[in-house]
Amino acid sequence: MDFISIKHANKIYKNGVTAIYDLSLKIKKGDFVFIIGGSGSGKSTLIKMLYREERPTSGEIIIGGLNVAKLRNSKVYKLRRKLGIVFQDYRLLPKLTVYENVAFALEVIGAKKEEIKTKTLKAIDLVGLKSKTRTYPTELSGGEQQRVAIARAIVNNPKLLICDEPTGNLDPDMSKEIVDVLETINREVGTTIIMATHDREIVNARKRHVIMLKDGRLIKDNEKGTYDNEIVENV
Amino acid sequence: MRLLRMFRRNVRDAFKSVSRNFSLSIASISCISITLIVVGLSLLLSFNVNNFADTIKKDVTIVAFLDKETTKEELENIKNKIQKMDNVESIEIKTKDEAKEEMIKESEFVSLTMPEENPLLDSYLIKVTDIEKIKDTVEEIKNIESISAINYGEQMVDKLISAFDLIQKITIIIVAILILVTVFLIINTIKLTIFSRKREISIMRLVGASNLTIKVPFVIEGMLIGVLGSIIPIGVIVYGYVVFYERMEGHIFSNIIKLIEPEPFIYFIALFILGIGILVGMIGSGRAVRKYLKV
Ligand SMILES: Nc1ncnc2c1ncn2[C@@H]1O[C@H](COP(=O)(O)OP(=O)(O)O)[C@@H](O)[C@H]1O
Ligand SMILES: [Mg+2]
Repeated sequence: MDFISIKHANKIYKNGVTAIYDLSLKIKKGDFVFIIGGSGSGKSTLIKMLYREERPTSGEIIIGGLNVAKLRNSKVYKLRRKLGIVFQDYRLLPKLTVYENVAFALEVIGAKKEEIKTKTLKAIDLVGLKSKTRTYPTELSGGEQQRVAIARAIVNNPKLLICDEPTGNLDPDMSKEIVDVLETINREVGTTIIMATHDREIVNARKRHVIMLKDGRLIKDNEKGTYDNEIVENV
Repeated sequence: MRLLRMFRRNVRDAFKSVSRNFSLSIASISCISITLIVVGLSLLLSFNVNNFADTIKKDVTIVAFLDKETTKEELENIKNKIQKMDNVESIEIKTKDEAKEEMIKESEFVSLTMPEENPLLDSYLIKVTDIEKIKDTVEEIKNIESISAINYGEQMVDKLISAFDLIQKITIIIVAILILVTVFLIINTIKLTIFSRKREISIMRLVGASNLTIKVPFVIEGMLIGVLGSIIPIGVIVYGYVVFYERMEGHIFSNIIKLIEPEPFIYFIALFILGIGILVGMIGSGRAVRKYLKV
């Protein structure tokens, strides 16, 4: 069974823009997937439908047996507890320390104090920020802030980690660090990872499962793909 | 345990944001205080009025006079008939002889002028169970033949009841308007808090906090405004009533109207004020949450 299965998904926004057009794809458990494509190709829309921020206008999106497209608003939180989500802009709380930012994700779902402590420290360790536990986000580099966001996303041991342009604000060295962290998580914890990006170098260097979108359509789905210039220019 | 922990955090946060949005919080709290003082006064008034009305109502008696020709036998028969009516609690016969004696006892003048032949009429003294339906009962009794006249001091009772009704209606309108204004202010206070914590809320949603977890802090903040807003009114009303009661020595208009004893009456009023404060706070924040938190 595929972990994620999307069948004939369409997304038409209220203003009439068709952001995703008849998209079907499958992702296996433990996979590391890059979603690539130029600006406006529909990457963020696809990602938003995965964590049920948006609903497809038609079609189905099944994650771990659950049809996310049909999920009611009041039940969305149950899905979110099984996912981790990371954004380009980190979305940390500036008044909380690194530890508190990560622990926040567990606190608001009512986890026990001891559980919060062990899981939080483990997640911070996994992203390599053990020495910065008591630091505030403003005292960190962009790459470090993004690692805090990743720690927060994985702290509750999700089966799936979704990242929308996590390296969008970072220089190449920091970007590499971030993708290394994601690969470590994928390898050591077995978390399925979906990462939207338009960074060619990253994609070409890793030879991972690549899904390419253009104008909301799937134009390439390769098990060991690259961000091929020719294809982008020719299609 | 888990609930308690989250509750403690919420209360702490509520205090923080009330002090952060100080001026608007103060506006909400003052408005709720004024509302609650008016509510408290009208509670004091209406409880005392009800108490007073109850004592009057117990004393209201229908006096029904019989025709001059009524025989002793008919007197008993009609009495039994009236006794069986729905709203009649008790009925007593007052014969013309008893009436005459009573009058003579009361006034020397009457005793001197009272003719040999008794000019008075036999009568019934009737008490009803439900004062609201006294008019119907009176009509029903009036329809019995042999009853020549009937009265129950209707004007006094009617006037009293309608005056109290008016006072109560006016206070209800004032309170309703004040509550609306308060709710509006609370909605705006909570709105500010929601906006200042937008980022936090969006992250909470992202990591899977339930809708309830997201909403509860704001509802608690509204309740806190309600609690803070009821402190002064409770003080004013409780202290004011106790002092007033002692000054007046327990009654107003010489001995006619007895005031309700402060204990335990005022504790009940205080609880009531607190309850309304919390309720209004909850309604205001509930509305704000529904409007500005699309969860
Ligand atoms: N909330 C929205 N309402 C209307 N149109 C949107 C919305 N979000 C995205 N779009 C449109 O959908 C298309 C795909 O956008 P997006 O998914 O953000 O692409 P990407 O992330 O690949 O840059 C674009 O044309 C964009 O303008
Ligand atoms: Mg995007």
